[in-house]
Amino acid sequence: MASAEEEIAVKEPLDLIRLSLDERIYVKLRSDRELRGKLHAYDQHLNMILGDVEEVVTTVEIDDETYEEIVRVSSFAFFSNS
Amino acid sequence: LFFSYFKELVGKEVTVELKNDLAIRGTLHSVDQYLNIKLENTRVVDQDKYPHMLSVRNCFIRGSVVRYVLLPQDGVDIDILHDATRREARGG
Repeated sequence: MASAEEEIAVKEPLDLIRLSLDERIYVKLRSDRELRGKLHAYDQHLNMILGDVEEVVTTVEIDDETYEEIVRVSSFAFFSNS
Repeated sequence: LFFSYFKELVGKEVTVELKNDLAIRGTLHSVDQYLNIKLENTRVVDQDKYPHMLSVRNCFIRGSVVRYVLLPQDGVDIDILHDATRREARGG
């Protein structure tokens, strides 16, 4: 399956991410955080520039014996970077 | 790629959110290869919650403690970002 078009060959996960450029993506972070936004740029460290992004932080509140999960949503107008 | 991107943002107002949840707003003065950031005219976003920096006006932030950098709405040309990323990401 040797392709003369090496430039657009998808070889590794970073290439797969390249296919998602300018699309809305979902990013899972440490500390139970999630981001949804449009992928504008990234590098090999996975630093990213996201546009129109929404951050969801999930915290757990325990009321005696009931297990409650509370989701906080905060929204940043436009660009954000990690 | 991001080093040169931040160099383009020098002079603009950004908000840096740190890994300890502290949010600092200021004017981007300089950046280096480690994405360490120097901010001028700094003020803490939620002053009542984090009082220990009330008198600080300029600060140096180590890149490793940054969680997010919130960029100005008119940040940078999106297309330029896309092209630069495509060129950068190729070749692992």
